[in-house]
Amino acid sequence: MLVYLIRRSLQSVVVLAVMSLIVFAGVYAVGNPIDILINPQADQAERQQAIEALGLDKPMWMQYFVFLRDAVHGDLGHSFVHSTSALGLIFERMPATLELALVAMAFAILLGIPLGLWAGLKPDSVSGRSIMAGSILGFSLPTFWVGLMLIMVFSVMLGWLPSNGRGTTVDLFGVPVSFLTIDGWRHLILPATNLALFNLALMIRLTRAGTREALLQDYVKFARAKGLSNTRVIGVHVLRNILIPIVTVIGLQFGSLIAFAIVTESVFAWPGMGKLLVDSINFLDRPVIVAYLLVIVSLFIVINLIVDLVYSSLDPRVRLTDSKS
Amino acid sequence: MIADVDAVTARPRSAQSPWRRVVSDFFANPVAIFGFGLLCVLVLAAIFAPLISPQNPYDLAQIDVLDGKLPPGSASSAGGTFWLGTDDQGRDMLSAIFYGLRISIFVGVTSTVLALVIGLSAGLIAAYFGGRTETLTMRVVDIQLSFPSILIALILIAVLGQGIGKVIAALVTVQWAYYARTVRSAALVERRREYIEAARCLALSPMRIVFRHLLPNCLPPLIVVATVQVAAAIALEATLSFLGLGLPITEPSLGLLIANGYQYLLSGKYWISFFPGIALLLTIVSINLVADQLRDVLNPRLSK
Amino acid sequence: MLPTSVRRLLSALVVCASIASVAAPSAAELRIGVAADVTSIDPHFFNLFPNNNIAEHIFDKLVRMDPDSQMIPGLATSWKTIDPMTWEFKLRKGVKFHDGSELTADDVVFSINRVPNVPNSPGRFTAYTKAITKIDVVDPYTLHIHYATPYPLAPNDLSTIYIVSKKAGGTASTEDFNSGKAAIGSGPFKFVKYVNGDRVELARNDDYWGDKPAYDKVTFRIIKNEAARTAALLSGDVDAIEQPPTADLARLKADPKFTVTSKISHRVIYFNFDFLDRSSPFITGKDGKPLAKNPLLDLRVRRAMSKAINRKAIADRVMEGQAVPSGQLVSDHLFGFVPTLKADAFDPEGAKKLLAQAGYADGFNLTIHGPAGRYVNDEKIVQAVAQMLSRVGINCKVETSPMGPYSAHASKQEFSFHMVGWGASTGEASSPLRSLLATYDAAKGLGAVNWGRYSNPKVDYLIEQSLQQVDDDNRKVMLQRATQLAMDDLGLMPIHFQFTIWATKKGVQYVPRTDEYTLAFQFHAAK
Repeated sequence: MLVYLIRRSLQSVVVLAVMSLIVFAGVYAVGNPIDILINPQADQAERQQAIEALGLDKPMWMQYFVFLRDAVHGDLGHSFVHSTSALGLIFERMPATLELALVAMAFAILLGIPLGLWAGLKPDSVSGRSIMAGSILGFSLPTFWVGLMLIMVFSVMLGWLPSNGRGTTVDLFGVPVSFLTIDGWRHLILPATNLALFNLALMIRLTRAGTREALLQDYVKFARAKGLSNTRVIGVHVLRNILIPIVTVIGLQFGSLIAFAIVTESVFAWPGMGKLLVDSINFLDRPVIVAYLLVIVSLFIVINLIVDLVYSSLDPRVRLTDSKS
Repeated sequence: MIADVDAVTARPRSAQSPWRRVVSDFFANPVAIFGFGLLCVLVLAAIFAPLISPQNPYDLAQIDVLDGKLPPGSASSAGGTFWLGTDDQGRDMLSAIFYGLRISIFVGVTSTVLALVIGLSAGLIAAYFGGRTETLTMRVVDIQLSFPSILIALILIAVLGQGIGKVIAALVTVQWAYYARTVRSAALVERRREYIEAARCLALSPMRIVFRHLLPNCLPPLIVVATVQVAAAIALEATLSFLGLGLPITEPSLGLLIANGYQYLLSGKYWISFFPGIALLLTIVSINLVADQLRDVLNPRLSK
Repeated sequence: MLPTSVRRLLSALVVCASIASVAAPSAAELRIGVAADVTSIDPHFFNLFPNNNIAEHIFDKLVRMDPDSQMIPGLATSWKTIDPMTWEFKLRKGVKFHDGSELTADDVVFSINRVPNVPNSPGRFTAYTKAITKIDVVDPYTLHIHYATPYPLAPNDLSTIYIVSKKAGGTASTEDFNSGKAAIGSGPFKFVKYVNGDRVELARNDDYWGDKPAYDKVTFRIIKNEAARTAALLSGDVDAIEQPPTADLARLKADPKFTVTSKISHRVIYFNFDFLDRSSPFITGKDGKPLAKNPLLDLRVRRAMSKAINRKAIADRVMEGQAVPSGQLVSDHLFGFVPTLKADAFDPEGAKKLLAQAGYADGFNLTIHGPAGRYVNDEKIVQAVAQMLSRVGINCKVETSPMGPYSAHASKQEFSFHMVGWGASTGEASSPLRSLLATYDAAKGLGAVNWGRYSNPKVDYLIEQSLQQVDDDNRKVMLQRATQLAMDDLGLMPIHFQFTIWATKKGVQYVPRTDEYTLAFQFHAAK
């Protein structure tokens, strides 16, 4: 196990290096950000000065080398546009995105699993079919469309909830969070629902499929035959069976939740790092783009590692240390 | 990805004409028939769009900004009627929806098929050979999955420029790793099974084992995933368009039509985004209905 | 360890309970939804519109602009030339910084000297200070500013430089400004809080020397998505917004709960032609093959394109009336406007004839480029122009991309015909002339944004003369003649001046401005 972990970490370092190079070259190819950064009234000499100040006059390999040298010391560069370090900027925005993604994931799990169980246990009932029909809608509606509809209905027409922003935050261990205030929750509900919808549908379908399979398995039939209560059969045997795919999907989806938060954050003006990324791309603020990607990649690597570990502990058939066969 | 569950449990089926059984099972469900029928209508409308549209909405000389934002049923300056109204540039919405459907379906299907082929090959090869090949492939998949899909698309399109080919490239890049991962996790379990061990004992060539034995057993769940992914690709393209990174604005897909109309919703000009929204909804729902039934039909353990 | 964290959690809960109970806004609070990110509070860090918009509140300038972009006294009560190369500025007495210290000439000198020395600045204000050779402090309230050449634009230039306190800003970094430690100005509002990407909070400066603002607490909320911005106003989350999308104007105007104000902006929307003698990259013949000669070099072709465009239809339909057609670079309030110069009338038949005379009776294929989301309805304008050109035989395609990649390509002459906008932020015609139409010349610092590479020696001569002409009447004539020459030649093709739009809830009024700023002290309760 330890060997496995060490090997994974080494691979991760390689991945990060490759990633940073790909992104660096990618953003470099998009173009020189100077024309959008500099005051339009500036003349050519000032333009040249600004290019040199930002180090943009050096060839790409040299810029990358400087970046790597600083990165080893934990410095991912200064934002061209903002006055702070790129990493600092991202960490400043990260709690908002993580909070949104976590709440959305919680919505999806807490609603999705019970609904999916219900639909799986009563697949032919009206309620079961309605849940499935609803889940298809959850897949089908594009996030931005649902977001606008939510704003239209709940903010503009009904006036129940605020349409955007994060609301009041309080510091929890030095991190600003909004889920501890009523105002914060009021701001959180619409975007979190918006972001959760796709995963809610996913949870419902996964749970339903897993439940239907499990009910046909011999061990569930045995458990029933032994006279175990229905609650125990479902709660222990069925749920355990569907846990494997759900854990995998939660892991995989959490990353994409953070990424797709870009759309939700744009619609609801949520001050997270997804919005920061879109802005940085429009400004070609390369240090922030690269730093954002490296942070996201690291996050993903950790998530994937956890998923694999949990996966292997749940399903003993899957081996982690792969010796040659 | 949705079919991960099924992938784990797929089993070889009996040899006698399985496809005929699948077809008859498929049409046993009235909802599936409805979904399939709807999908056929939409696909036909997309294919024959140039013949049934009152206007070519991509020909800039045919549209007039002075006809812009007319409500459904308005008369056009050229003498016809805009049955579903016009968008801000004066495009006939009905024609724009037919043409948009064409682009959306084309983008969705093409990108999915390409991604499926790439992902399937990578996943199977990784799972069968194991060892270094597997590690390398799955690390590439990890890198791939580390890129949020929107981001890849964003950077690709920013580098390459707009256009249908670039959007497809972006969607393929986004999707292939999911297939690779799904196939690999299915095959990982599958390759421990007795029939593969048996095939190895018979010293069959690796290629033969992969394509004749592993592949067929991973295929049914993949077909389901792929069907769902067509819908997902169409939705993702719409999202890209919303962020302003999709197709050229003069040749709008359904997603771009919705994005364009999105800003007119609050002013009550609902038709610009509402009708394309409905068309997108029907397309994705019908694909998903078909996928749903396919899943039940292709997974024999669920048939009682 | 554990008890501490539990205590913290408890105190957090207590805080939130108390905050929730006082959530209702007080009568004198104003919440404004703004469209763009404020990237720093340091007023010299980055010459960027949203940053300057906030700096306008916290800091003062020697010369201010009134809502019509006319210069009015700010910290300087008067200014005049002593000789063509020296300007004298008299400072206002008794002006207090937010920390209570008094503003003197030393603070002004410090501020001007700080401009070129802010570390890591992506876009300095040096364009407005670099011509200064020396500053003499005559007495604490009198400054003599020296230039190397006759320099008419000193007051215009200094209307962009924010004055910071020497005491507070002495060694302060940009971070110190963002945290509020060094954000000490003498403006009508004091800095309270800056949350990157979310909000800026300000409080009224009750010791302000000028008119007292009507609101004692102001919050700028950053809401980039335009639909979300309108929604925030509709749902009552904010009291006012800038730049509601033109699509929402019909609804806002019809609703008695809201007021819409707009004003012509100093920003002109125009198209650049490719003036390089080459096979233009995005022009092909009708057969799809590149054309050996660049047709845009022929004035008749440029004129035909200008005549093919129905500017009124664009202003009325695409812009929903929030623009006026234009045939020049500055609008009628600004210095250097040419009263007789009108936009080309819509004349598709005349356009076809001109094309035929130029040898392009069948037209040609053209890809038009435009930015996405940079100017009001930019993508829609480009499409409408493409439609209109298509109808006279120039088959158009449209490609748009975000401003970052777009400007990277446009500035390298990679396009044939592309859209841009220009705000005459100094309030007079030399700003667009020297940057957009003067021949590109790095040594002289002229034509820096002349992306089409237009070049006309007569225009250059007039521009260079006007930049050293201290006499305002002479200068105006020179600017007008340069404009007339360049427009007769269609060195670029103006479309319109866009309007800046503000929407407020009933009971709040805004005095609209040409310079597009959304200033909290110009809001007041409606009578």
